[in-house]
Formats: sequence, C-alpha cells, structure tokens
Amino acid sequence: MEFESYDVLVVGGGLAGIRAAIAAVEANPRVRVGMVSKVYPMRSHTVSAEGGAAAALAPDDSYETHAFDTIKGSDYLADQDVVEAFVREAPVEVIQMEHWGCPWSRNPDGTIAVRPFGGMTTWRTCYAADKTGFHMLHTVFQTSLKYPQITRHDEAFVTKLLVEDSRCVGVVALDIRSGRFDAITAKSVILATGGLGRVYAFTTNGNICTGDGMALAYRAGAALKDMEMVQFHPTGLPFTGILITEAVRGEGGYLLNNQGERFLKRYVPNKMELGPRDIISRAMVTEFEAGRGFDGPHGKYMHLDVRHLGEAVIDRKLPFMRELGREFVGIDIVTDPIPVRPVQHYMMGGVDADISGATPILGLYAAGECANVGLNGGNRLGSNSLSECLVFGAAAGRAAAHYAASARPVTANPVDAMLWDEAHRVEAAYLEKKGGDERIGVIREEMQKEMDAGAGVFRTRDGLSRLARNLGGLRERFEKVKIEDSSRTFNTEITAALELDFMLEVASAITFSALAREESRGAHARLDFPERDDKKFLKHTVAFHTNALAPRLEYSEVTITNFQPQARTY
Amino acid sequence: MPDKKVTIQATRFDPDHDEKPRLQSYEIPFSDESMVVLDALNYIKSHVDGSLSYRWSCRMGICGSCGMMVNGTPKLTCNAFLREYWPRPVVVEPLNNFPLIRDLVIDMDDFMHKLKSIKPWIIRKQEIPLGSGEHRQTNDQIDEFRQFSECINCMLCYAACPVYGLNNEFLGPAATALARRYNLDSRDQGLTQRLPVIADTEGVWECSFVGECSVVCPKGVDPAKAIQQTKLDTTMRFVLPFGNRE
Repeated sequence: MEFESYDVLVVGGGLAGIRAAIAAVEANPRVRVGMVSKVYPMRSHTVSAEGGAAAALAPDDSYETHAFDTIKGSDYLADQDVVEAFVREAPVEVIQMEHWGCPWSRNPDGTIAVRPFGGMTTWRTCYAADKTGFHMLHTVFQTSLKYPQITRHDEAFVTKLLVEDSRCVGVVALDIRSGRFDAITAKSVILATGGLGRVYAFTTNGNICTGDGMALAYRAGAALKDMEMVQFHPTGLPFTGILITEAVRGEGGYLLNNQGERFLKRYVPNKMELGPRDIISRAMVTEFEAGRGFDGPHGKYMHLDVRHLGEAVIDRKLPFMRELGREFVGIDIVTDPIPVRPVQHYMMGGVDADISGATPILGLYAAGECANVGLNGGNRLGSNSLSECLVFGAAAGRAAAHYAASARPVTANPVDAMLWDEAHRVEAAYLEKKGGDERIGVIREEMQKEMDAGAGVFRTRDGLSRLARNLGGLRERFEKVKIEDSSRTFNTEITAALELDFMLEVASAITFSALAREESRGAHARLDFPERDDKKFLKHTVAFHTNALAPRLEYSEVTITNFQPQARTY
Repeated sequence: MPDKKVTIQATRFDPDHDEKPRLQSYEIPFSDESMVVLDALNYIKSHVDGSLSYRWSCRMGICGSCGMMVNGTPKLTCNAFLREYWPRPVVVEPLNNFPLIRDLVIDMDDFMHKLKSIKPWIIRKQEIPLGSGEHRQTNDQIDEFRQFSECINCMLCYAACPVYGLNNEFLGPAATALARRYNLDSRDQGLTQRLPVIADTEGVWECSFVGECSVVCPKGVDPAKAIQQTKLDTTMRFVLPFGNRE
C-alpha cells in the first residue's frame, strides 16, 4: 500500500493547527508538513470566535496582571509556569498575526486596540470588530498557502493514531470523498482538533466539534486531564445556542433579569457584567430557579441589553451581533434586548500535554482546545483561547519540527499491517455491517440530553451517577447501530458514527472525572460539595482509557510559582 | 399547530449507483417557527434517512459550509427560514455551476486553486521585524478593504455567476474580492504580483456586469465592485506606465 509521509503531521486545520504548521516550517524550512482536516480549514470552528484575543499590549498592562487574572480565573487549577510563559508570548503572537494581515481594530494612532473582557482587570483583548476568530482563521489559512512545504489533506477523517513501540508514527485517515483509507505517516503528529461541545445538546459549538483528537489520544494511551472542567458561556441565543460575544458586556452591555434588575450585583458586585463566565452562568441559573428569568418557548432566559450604547458604537464594534440578532432572532439589538441563556461553550480539559504540547507518547503533540497544557485550569477567561491557539500551536509546531529532525524514519512494514487492521475494523463495524436497528441521530440526541441534565452548570453525585449509567446504556446501543448509507462517496453517515463513537468516549471521561472531584472549583460546581477543597483537590484529574466505561483516574500536582491560592471573589 | 408539516425535496446523487441526480421528497414536522432549511436536513438525516449527505458546521452563518440552492436561489441553509417558504415545498439542490460529488455536496477544488493563485497573503518588499511592533493602520485604512475581508468562501457568488457558469476559467467573484482585499491593504505591496492573475483574459474582463454575486452574498461583500475597481486599476496601470500604486 502507498502512503504519504511527512516530518510533521498536523491533525486539524483551525487556528492552533495552522499556526503549528507554519511554525514548524519557519523553525526548519526543510520540514515537510502535512495537514489533515475533516473539513476545509476555513470551516474550522475558530471561525465562530467573536470577542478577541488577550495579550498584554497596552502601555499600562503587565505580564504579571495577565498571569494573575488567568490564574485567579482558573480557580488556581492552572499551572502557573505555563501561564507565565503564555502571557509573555501572547503579545508577540498578536503582532505576528498583524504582520500576516489580520485586520485588528485600531486606536486612533494606528496601534492595535484593546477592549475590556470578563475576569480581566484591565483592557487587554485585541479584536477585529466582533469577528475576531473569523479574521484570525482566514488570515492564518491564507498565509499558510504561501508555504510550499505544507501539504493539505482536506476532508479526511482521522480514525486512529498509528502508535508503534510507544511512538506515534502517523494516522489512519478516511478520505471522505473517495471512501479510501490511507495511512499518513509522520515522524511527529500534532493534534489540534478543537473542542467537544457537540456532546451537549445546547452548545455554541459547530457540528464538527466532536472531541476527535481527545478520543484518538485517549485510545492511544495518552491521558485526558481535567475533563470535568467544561465551560458554560453566559450568553447563548435560546434554541440555536448561537454565541453572543462577551464583548457585548465588555463594551458596556447589561444583563437584566425579569425585574429589569442587573442581578449580578448579588454575585460579582465589583465586576458586574465583567465577572468570569463560570460565576455568571451560575448566577443566571440561580436567578432562573428563583423565578427571576423570562419564560420563552425554548426555556428560561435573561436580557442582554445594549440599547444604551447607541447605533454608532454597535455598528463599529458589534456589527456581527446586530446581524445575528436580525437574521436569527428577528430583533434589532439597537432597539431590542437580546434573549440569552448559559450554553456549553468550551472545554478546559483535554489531552494532557506539557508546555511545548508534548504528550507522554513520543512524537505526539497537542495544541489548542483539544489539549490541556495547564493554561486554563478550572475556568478559562474569555479571549485567552485564541491567544492560546497561537502561543501553544506555535510551540507545538516548533517542538514537533525539532523532534522530527532527529527521529528515525517511519517504516512501511508495521504501518501496512496497522492500516489494514484499522480499515477492516471500521468497515466491519459500519460499512459492511448487517442488521442493527439503532439510529445514530437518536443515540446522539439522547447522549446530548443526558449530558445537559447530568454534567451541566450544577452537578450532583446522583445526577452524575445516573449519567454514567445512561452513557453505559447508550454505548451498548451504539454497538447495534444501523448504517443506511452503503456508498463509498462522501458517506457522512459513517463519519457521524465515528464522531459519535468518539463523543461517547469523551462524555464518559467528563462524567467520571466530575463524579470523582468532590468539591466545587471553577466551572465544576457540585451542589453536594459546594466549597473548594484545596487540601484534597488542588490537583489535576488525569483520566486513562480502559476497556470498561469508566477511566482509570489519577491525580497530578498543580504547579504553583508566585500566586498562592486565595478565596476567589470578584 | 401540532401537526404542521413541511415538504423538503432534496437532490440525491450517489455516483457509485446513480447515472444522474434526482429529487427525493421528505415530509417532516415543522415543529418550531425558528427552524431553518438546515434543521430540516438534519431532521431527515437523524430520523428519516441517514444516507443524505451535505456539509454544515457552525449554523450561524460564518463557516461557509452549508451553501445550497434553495428554491433555485443560492443560500446559506442555516439562515434560510422554513417559515418563508411554507406551505410550499422547499427544493434543496447543490450549488449551481460546480461539479457534483454526492447529494448536496459540490466539488470546490477549483476555488481552492483560484484562492491560492491570487496570493492571498501580505506581500512586502521588506518584512519588518516582529520586535518593531505592528504596522500602523487606521480604522479608516481598514475600512478601505474591510468589506472584501468579510468573504466566508461560501461559494454562493459562484453559484449565482452566469459567467462562471459558462466558463469556469473565470477567476470569479470571491477570489477577485479577496485579491482586492489584499491590494487595498495599506500593509501590502503585492499588487504587481497579483495583477498577472487577476488581469488575465480569464480574469476580471470576463465579468459582464450582472452583479448577481453581490446580491446573493450573505455577508454584504460586493464582489462586483471589486471586479469593476480592479478593471479600473488595471487600466490605469496600462495608461500610466508607472502606475498610481505599488
């Protein structure tokens, strides 16, 4: 069998993946980089990020305050050495994006402008109106086209990592258009596959955010770290879950309950609308339960009000929000409040990786949302994730290129056999399978409802235990899944089945990690353990894949450098 | 109305089995006024027929995946509301002017080559080092190219373009708009490198002023304007040997 071979193979074509690919080439122009993505890169979910990218660029800002805000925001679960490195690199990366053409919004003197954001004590969020992720993604993607060393495999779905003697030597990918399985080998592999929001029913995440890279690494023997830490963004549109950016509050928008009251004064009196996401989402749910939410056809909601900002500010700084309101809700945010409620948005947890993105599997790296390098801990601050994709994407790209320079070549012999095995596994499980009576879409919807109910903003032991049992039942039903599509060409029922398989995997990692963390920290709020417990749980949860539903859980130390844990109030 | 239904007629084509595309009809519950055409397709795939193939992701009009012909007009199906078509059947077909891969999935390789051909990156005679910070650029200078930078590569403009329909050598609306985006950027000095591509005979001169591209653009980009401006730019460079821009 033929196979492509690279020095560095990037899985995922979003901001972290493309940044990694460019960094690898710039670190060593002789490096051959492959980039495999299940969609065309410009469809990646980075495109939906709105508010901005954090970097201490303003004259009155400092690395120390950015680091402290991030660490406090993480509820002290961030690794402080990682945060300290991150805040120093973020401004460099934002400037690099500027040189590549990103249309950052500007100050009157032509320098890059910053806006306030939740949990940040000063203005440090760089933005391109309210389509920052869109502009950043298209900027890096278009820039990547100038590097002949980068070869893309668009619309190819990675089903398995090739691991030989504890070393990652590539992937098996299903070419979606032809239905052919290929081995794409490489001396090093970088996972940059993004988040897993689609395990939840109500999410801002696109259809493609199915935790693929996390599940691939998990099954290959790498660990998933802090998977209980799932971020719920306070302001999603009811029904669709479309994200209304935190920049709306950054620019001065108010959150109002059904009494017309800025209720956050009871929860984050010093920060109000600029409090961190975990606390504001809990405040909203608490208000709903006290009867102070609005009732709508798609559940309870609050008002996000920008009417006092005026049309000029809205059109200059929040034009996409006005467009989303008009097109998806039928309102004009200049004259109408926006209905919003908390919505799954981001995964702090992910593939356990060090500061350069390296995992314990030789040659395997991870970056961006699919990784957990220790930056976000229990709660990510808004606008740190786009910067994270740049900083840690670049770091992983450089590290992978460096490793590849001295790694021995990949040989065809074991790869051929592994490809054959994997192609047969998938074909037997899905394409050639007869019988089965379970619908993929039905199992997926039930999983999503279960996750919303059991692993949402507030959790309990009972709810999580029920969720674990139900996920077990769904896993059994998944074995009886029926595939109606027998075509080899662009068979999106097979990719949906592969995605559901991955989602059930990461959903159980979330559930069991959450069950074991008997405290409340960051986004993980246990009604039965409402306090943070630093004695027992100032630790990372590290989950390893087993053949059973439940992972094997270990705990690892959190790196503390300059900031001792203290009470987290705003 | 608990039993409200909507009829979706979707193109089916599997090159492994079919000689040519056909329409298949599905009647599905129209359970919520907020439902869009994409929701209907998702309902069909989840509950009726798992073999229907189409692309989608963000369902908020920014990823550009879900463009299809809806009752003959190129649309992002994530913001084409069923209530605007009901009670008539909604006919969903693959975008016009592209080779068909399967069902509602078109082959857009041609655009990917065209995108690369216009060198959509900042070109400078001399890079400034990262350490010297950002290029100064005012918001007014950004406004010069802003609308052209809003292209989401959704291909609706190509599906609407009668010239591209006849001759796919034509560079087309989105690629021309993106070339314009860089040519108008105060940081860029690549105009002379891009002109050979965009001023080629299969380039902007093919455009016949129809302007359908700008009408169907879901992001308010005006590719027709980009094409006209590019014609003017190109002419100016022939008339004035040293050009008025670098």
